Amino acid sequence: MDFLRPASWEEALAAKAEHPTAVPIAGGTDVMVEINFDHRRPEYLMDLTRIGDLYEWEVGQDTVRLGASVPYASIMEHLRTELPGLALASHTVASPQIRNRGGVGGNLGTASPAGDAHPALLAAGAEVEVESVRGSRRIPVDDFYTGVKRNALAPDELIRAVHIDKADGPQQYSKVGTRNAMVIAVCAFGLALHPVTRTVRTGVGSAAPTPVRAEAAEDFLNAALEEGGFWDNGKTITPSVAKQFADLCAAACNPIDDVRGTASYRRHAVGVMARRTLTWTWESYRGARRTTEGAA
Amino acid sequence: MRVHFTVNGRPQQADDVWEGESLLYVLRERLGLPGSKNACEQGECGSCTVRLDGVPVCSCLVAAGQAEGREVVTVEGLADHARQRARATGDGSSGTSLDEAKGWQAHGADSRTGEGAELSPVQQAFIDAGAVQCGFCTPGLLVAADEMLERNPSPSDADIREALSGNLCRCTGYEKIMDAVRLAAARQSEGV
Repeated sequence: MDFLRPASWEEALAAKAEHPTAVPIAGGTDVMVEINFDHRRPEYLMDLTRIGDLYEWEVGQDTVRLGASVPYASIMEHLRTELPGLALASHTVASPQIRNRGGVGGNLGTASPAGDAHPALLAAGAEVEVESVRGSRRIPVDDFYTGVKRNALAPDELIRAVHIDKADGPQQYSKVGTRNAMVIAVCAFGLALHPVTRTVRTGVGSAAPTPVRAEAAEDFLNAALEEGGFWDNGKTITPSVAKQFADLCAAACNPIDDVRGTASYRRHAVGVMARRTLTWTWESYRGARRTTEGAA
Repeated sequence: MRVHFTVNGRPQQADDVWEGESLLYVLRERLGLPGSKNACEQGECGSCTVRLDGVPVCSCLVAAGQAEGREVVTVEGLADHARQRARATGDGSSGTSLDEAKGWQAHGADSRTGEGAELSPVQQAFIDAGAVQCGFCTPGLLVAADEMLERNPSPSDADIREALSGNLCRCTGYEKIMDAVRLAAARQSEGV
């Protein structure tokens, strides 16, 4: 095994072009487990922790450009307002030790259906900035996950940053596991209200071969909210609408039975989380609306 | 490959390091510092917790080469680290040598009370509160607890649970560990 230690992003791209099999390592929270257990013996291990740019973030007008290696601990601490869904998801990642090392770039690189960041990224709306010596491109996160632990990266590409839409409304994240820390999701659910576009977006984790959006559920809910004038009148969402939304979210799952849970449990739990996160976010939207109107 | 880094305030180097080796392995097997414990090797148990550039991490998940040029504090250097912090000024002779670190034990007059041994406040609190049973998880808990107290001198119970949520203990049921950290925090605030 060779240990590559690029000092800059350009050097990293050149090294990846020369050695497409090189495995990038930043926080190491996935890669080192595989090496420790002898599940993987990469020919080249490429350390990205010297590249400072990957640890930086910029808050722009509409999006946050989050460097691939920004640790979850920093997201929780600094980006709770701009990226509430991702901050909540970050807080459910493993333990403080892991959150100090791991970041969203690694979650995307591994592309496990159980990765904690994915449902939040799908719900918020995000693009993955990837680059190789051939050039840079942005992949919508919806198109990024291509299979179980597979993603849209070409062999010579590296993940540089994620551009995540800043929250324009309440966001929530929910995860099912056996305890509060050190848990790989049995399943997870992210939901974001987008009052500006009057849409709702979802993200479902660990309940299909890849992280997915429950698009039929979103379409149904968008139509129901529009029809009932909910965005304007700020009424409580009718239980029948919430139930139908939950059922459609459960139907979007294509889960398996495994050691963490059965397929039918996952479907059920996703439905429960969908209903709860919808209620939480909608109540929060109504509260904010009342405050704004009261002030006006 | 060769790795140079600072361990417990002193520059060290490790030779013949395999590229896929973890920082934990280098500390234990190459530098002879077995205080950081090797259990799960997948970041689940926290028994290998060390400070890397001040930040608590699982040393089993840090590739040895990633530690190049960085600063590591292990449980063996915790007493010195706490002393330095208390002084808040370095006098140039700080740090714990490898020999001192290797020879570290809570001997002193009595290994059960810690009397006469050099301990950090959090180590003394663990002994006094009876927070150590088999002791395997203790080094990781000490490093994690010490770092939390550095950041947050008066933690709530929820803060303590959160800070220690990445450290598993199979003996104590955690209550004595909670007692120990509360005790260390209380002593710290009294300046004892």
